Amino acid sequence: MSDLLTTPIPETDAIEATGAQPRSLTLNMGPQHPSTHGVLRLQLELDGETIVKCQPDIGYLHTGIEKEFEVKTYQQAVTLTDRIDYLAPLSNNLCYCLAVEKLLGLEIPPLAQWTRVMLTELTRLNSHLVWLGTHAIDIGAMSVFLYCFREREDILRIFEMYSGQRMMTSYFRIGGLALEPPRGWQQRVRTFIDAFPGKVDEYEELLTGNRIWIGRTRGVGIMSMEDMLDLGVTGPMLRAAGLKYDARKNEPYSSYDKFDFEIPTRTEGDVYARYQVRIEEMRQSARIVKQALEGMPSGRWTADAPHVVLPDREKMKTQMEALIYHFKIVTEGFRVPAGEVYQVIESPRGEVGYYVLSDGTTLPYRVHVRGPSFGNLQAVPRMVAGTLIADVIASIGSMDFVLGDCDR
Amino acid sequence: MLPENLKENATATALEAFDGTAVVSGKFDRDELTIEIAPEKIVSVCGFLKYDLRFVRLSTVTGVDWYPAEPRFEVVYHLHSLDRNERLRLKCRLPGAVPEIDSVTEVWRGANWFERETFDLFGVRFRNHPDLRRIMLPDDWEGHPLRKDYSITGDRV
Repeated sequence: MSDLLTTPIPETDAIEATGAQPRSLTLNMGPQHPSTHGVLRLQLELDGETIVKCQPDIGYLHTGIEKEFEVKTYQQAVTLTDRIDYLAPLSNNLCYCLAVEKLLGLEIPPLAQWTRVMLTELTRLNSHLVWLGTHAIDIGAMSVFLYCFREREDILRIFEMYSGQRMMTSYFRIGGLALEPPRGWQQRVRTFIDAFPGKVDEYEELLTGNRIWIGRTRGVGIMSMEDMLDLGVTGPMLRAAGLKYDARKNEPYSSYDKFDFEIPTRTEGDVYARYQVRIEEMRQSARIVKQALEGMPSGRWTADAPHVVLPDREKMKTQMEALIYHFKIVTEGFRVPAGEVYQVIESPRGEVGYYVLSDGTTLPYRVHVRGPSFGNLQAVPRMVAGTLIADVIASIGSMDFVLGDCDR
Repeated sequence: MLPENLKENATATALEAFDGTAVVSGKFDRDELTIEIAPEKIVSVCGFLKYDLRFVRLSTVTGVDWYPAEPRFEVVYHLHSLDRNERLRLKCRLPGAVPEIDSVTEVWRGANWFERETFDLFGVRFRNHPDLRRIMLPDDWEGHPLRKDYSITGDRV
C-alpha cells in the first residue's frame, strides 16, 4: 500500500491529466443504440466531450424497395409503400397513389379525398405521438411515453377498423380507397378526436414548462435556415426555424385547400422549438380530422374508371363486362400512359416525393422515393459539430427520422 | 432547343437566354416542366438556377436506366423554388460505357448523399464529388442494383 502511495505518477499520464496534450477519441454510436431509433451508426470524433466530427453511416435497412417496384403492377406496388416508413404508412400510400393517378388523369370522388385527408392526419398524429414519446424517453422523461402510446393505440384501432391492419394498412388504392368506410367509423373517430386536444394538454403539462426538459432542449441543435435549405432538410425542422412552408398549404393535394388550419412556426430553430411546432401540429391535425368528420361528403369511394378500379363483387358475378375488367386487372394490371410525375406531399417528417416514370406498360418503369429522413439525416454532421456528446441524443431525436424511410 | 409550347414559359426561356447551348430539349407535361441539359453544362446551369432564378432547394437527384437504349442513363434532378412555389425537373443523358457527370455539390451541399445514392445504385460517377462512396450497400458490393440488367432474384448457386 505504501508502495502505491509513493510511486510517482508517470510523466505521460500527468500530461494527459492537465490537458496539455488533447487527444481525439473516435466513438461509435449505433447501429444498435436505442436512441438512434433504428439502425443508424454515427462515427463520432471527440475531443473530451465535444464533437469534432460526425460521420453518419446509413444503409443498414436498405431493402431494395425501388427495385421491387419495377416488377410489381401499379396496384400491387401500393403494399410496398407502407413498408418504407412504418410510422407514416398512409402518407406514403397517398403520395404514390396521387402520383399514379396524375399519370392516369383520374378524378377521385370527394368521399375518398376527404377520407384520405382524415386518415393521413391521423397518421400524422400517430407519428408525432411516437416521436414525442421516444424523444422524451431519450432525454429522460419516462412517463410521457406511456401517455403517448395510450393515444397511439386508439389511432391504430381506427386504422384496423378501416383496413383490417394496424400498421401496414395499404388502405389507399389507385383510384380511391380499398374498401368502403366501415360502419360506425364516425363514432369511433369522434370519441377519439373530441378527447385528443385534452390529451395534448396533458403532454404539455408534463414537458412544456418542465425545467429539466427546457434545460436539455433550449438552445440545443440549432442550425441556420441557409444550412438547412442547402442540405435538403424539410418539414417541422424548417418550420421551427421560421420558414412558413407546408406542402398541404403551398401545393395543396387531395382537397387540403378546403380545410381550415394553420401552419405553426417558431423562429428559434432549436430542439425546443421543434417540440413546440410538432405539438402545435398535433392540435392542427386534430382540427383537420374534426372538419373532415363533420363535413364528410357521401358517394362512392372509388373513381369511375372500370379499367383501373376493381368492380364490386356483386357486379362481377352478374355482369359480363365487369367480369372481363376484373379478370384483366387481376391478371395483368392496368396500363398507365407513358410519362413522368413527381408528386410531393407533406408527411409527418417533411417532404415525401414520389417520382414515377411510366413507359406505357402495366409495370412502373422506375419509381424513386425521396424520403424526408434521407435529406434530414444528411444535416446531422452540421448540426452536432461543436456540441456536447450528451446533446447529440437530443439533436438527432428532434429530427424524427425513420431509418426505413432513409434507406428504403 | 425549346419546343413551341415552352416559348411562353418564364423559367424555360430564362434558361435558354442564359445558355442556349445547354438546353437540349424541354417539355411541359401534366403541369410539370422538364428540361434536358447537356451533361457538361450541368454545374453552370444549376448555379444560374439557384442564384438567379432562386431555385434554392434541390429536392432529389436520381437516375433512370434505359438499357439497352443509348444514351443509356438519365440523371434526374428535381429543383424547388420556395419564392415562386415552382418545381423544375432537369435531365442529363449519359452514355452507358462511361456514365460520368460533374457533381452539383458545389451548388447545393445537399446533393452529396443523393449523388452517392445514384452512384451506388446506378454506377453513375460524379466528378469532383467530395466523398463518392457507396451509401446504401456495403463497400465491397459488386454491381449496381437499379440497373435494368441487374437480376432482381439473384443468381442460382
